[in-house]
Amino acid sequence: MTNRTFTALAAALVVASCWIPVAQAQDSLYIPSLTYRTGPFSGGGTPFADGYADYLNMLNERDGGINGVKIIVEECETAYNSQKGVECYEATKDKGALAYSPLSTGITLALVPKAPIDKIPVFSMGYGLSAAAAGEKFPWTFVYPASYWSQMSSILKYIDANDGIRGKKIGFIYLDAAYGLEPIPLLDQLSESMGFTVAKFPVGVKEMQNQSSQWLNVRKESPDWMIMWGWGAMNPTAIREAAKIRFPLDRFIGNWWAGSHNDLKGVGEAGKGYLAANFSGLGQEYPALQDVLAHVVDKGLSKVSAREDVGNVLYNRGLFNAVVLAEAVRIAQDRTGKKVISGADMREGLENIDLSEERLSELGLPGFTGELKGSCADHEGGGSIFIQQWNGSDWEKVTDLIAPMSDIVRPMLEEAAEAYVSDKPDWQSQTCS
Amino acid sequence: MDILHSIFVAPFIDMGAYPDFLLQVIWEGFVAGVLYSLIALGFVLIYKASGVFNFAQGIMVVFAALVLVSLHEMGMPAWVAVLVSVVVMGLLAIGVERFVLRKLVNQHDAILLMATIGLTLVLKGSGQLIFGGEPKPMITRELGLPTGASDWEVFGGVVIFQHIDIAATVVALLMVLALAVFFSKTRIGRALRAVADDHQAALSVGISLHQIWAIVWFAAGIVALVTGIMWGARSEVSFALEIIALKALAVLILGGFTSIPGAIVGGLVIGIGEKLFEVYWGALFGSGVEAWFAYVLALIFLLFRPQGLFGERIIERV
Repeated sequence: MTNRTFTALAAALVVASCWIPVAQAQDSLYIPSLTYRTGPFSGGGTPFADGYADYLNMLNERDGGINGVKIIVEECETAYNSQKGVECYEATKDKGALAYSPLSTGITLALVPKAPIDKIPVFSMGYGLSAAAAGEKFPWTFVYPASYWSQMSSILKYIDANDGIRGKKIGFIYLDAAYGLEPIPLLDQLSESMGFTVAKFPVGVKEMQNQSSQWLNVRKESPDWMIMWGWGAMNPTAIREAAKIRFPLDRFIGNWWAGSHNDLKGVGEAGKGYLAANFSGLGQEYPALQDVLAHVVDKGLSKVSAREDVGNVLYNRGLFNAVVLAEAVRIAQDRTGKKVISGADMREGLENIDLSEERLSELGLPGFTGELKGSCADHEGGGSIFIQQWNGSDWEKVTDLIAPMSDIVRPMLEEAAEAYVSDKPDWQSQTCS
Repeated sequence: MDILHSIFVAPFIDMGAYPDFLLQVIWEGFVAGVLYSLIALGFVLIYKASGVFNFAQGIMVVFAALVLVSLHEMGMPAWVAVLVSVVVMGLLAIGVERFVLRKLVNQHDAILLMATIGLTLVLKGSGQLIFGGEPKPMITRELGLPTGASDWEVFGGVVIFQHIDIAATVVALLMVLALAVFFSKTRIGRALRAVADDHQAALSVGISLHQIWAIVWFAAGIVALVTGIMWGARSEVSFALEIIALKALAVLILGGFTSIPGAIVGGLVIGIGEKLFEVYWGALFGSGVEAWFAYVLALIFLLFRPQGLFGERIIERV
């Protein structure tokens, strides 16, 4: 082989290797999945990633993708580490990524400023920056179906409805990280307007499984109710400690990341009565979940460790994340007339999401969640939650949907959004009619 | 004046007003201290016998506990699972000696430390591959460990004692006694100390370095298993448990890297100290002082007594 032939062959190989992924992206829908199946928070990250991947793979297996276009789900491991999350983003964004759902407030905060530049939307479903609910200021970020602030207001509404909140002391135990700190401005604000006091108990990441000090302080402060913004190993430890000091568990409410089966599996009977917020359905009796079982799990295409784990809280949460993304793809395809869409098209799809009760039934998820309708201005799209209770062996839904205090929360969200962009002169906002 | 009152007066008024609660705080600190000591013991064992600071001790705790609960999940009776876990830790010890330490005899301490950091990554990665990343509940009942609590009505209030905490204290004390006897009264124990003092001198009098290192890593593996059971019973077995091992560094600085009694006393000082400080003075710092209290205390000790409370004084001749 002459040098010239060899060089030509090598050049052809290089060109081909560059062309193949582009060709794949051109005739498929590439949805990266930033997962954490390893590290201290893998207990939450793993079932979420399973539900997310299984639903999209089910669409591939059952329907041949979305409107005939195959979905490529590629996982990138972040270990819940913001730096690794950004590395995953940079490594995957040029493959035609349609959206990012990092399941981490820290990673979300890092990606929010990148989204308008790379024209790839960030869908932080029920986490991340609460102010991103204001779509005019954050055209590229979505927090459907509710922001942390809306969730906190619904939890306080529940407390008010059950015992009256005025004059009460609310304890707030939280992971001392971006995630746990996020709802504090709203809590402080509402404590003044609703007339309750707040005692705060931060838990450092290193102390997640060593919380006796925090719970000694809870005993000392003796709050009337406790609210928890926990994640990972922090949750079961906190519930055990609460039971140890005999805090009434039916007055202890976790947010929607502190109420999974993994959190209570080991606690068992000792956690009976503990409450948590939720927005995604429980169990595997929904037609869509039956399809996941039939087309993915039973065919051995899932990473889920046991068949009965399908339908658990965090599995269904991950699945719902994928449902919203798939629906946004369909809407984007309809609106643009293209089968293969871009990140910018996906943004339009997300902004026009409309999951009515009727549509949820069509998707095989009747009553799975509250109605969700986005718009140019509203990137949280509904914001209702329900409360579930641990009965010693499983979760039970104990309330109807509780709407947030939008009249109070919405102006605060808009004010926070304004404050976020005020020192960023090049920030891309949008005008909504 | 308010700040002085908050530091020097108010906490003591609180303590006097609710002595039952003060007792509860001290008990919780005592239990936390015992558990810190258990982790620190694993570090001391290896350092004392080989001069290696074993960065992998934290992940060994997680690994040993995961082996135990996973074997039980596979249908093995609890105590058989304990025995098999001990065997696995023994095999790990032999593997570490054969494939990591044997090649590094007489190398600089920093190289040995780096080797244990590498071992941490290997154990973490293989642990997650074999057992998965999801947390698992400890098989407390199956092992016959006590659950529930007893109340002590005192000073018009109540102090709650969790039975598992009492069990952890008893187990830790038994383990310290056993190790103290092992080091001072047995031939292997004395050989371990000889190796720690001087590798080459120990070799010259016929002590097998390979055998000693395997034994000491095995002993540290058993300590890790017991620690994993006790911590796991209070919370659950997850990879987050590894992070708690960092607290043992402060315990070691306080107690001395080579002293078993030092590990115990250091653990108790830090355990009780951090609980008292968090509960009575924490609000002055916006709470969360437990995250840094132990390290600040360790720093103060480094300034005034670098060898720790019970450590051997470091004399370097040049």
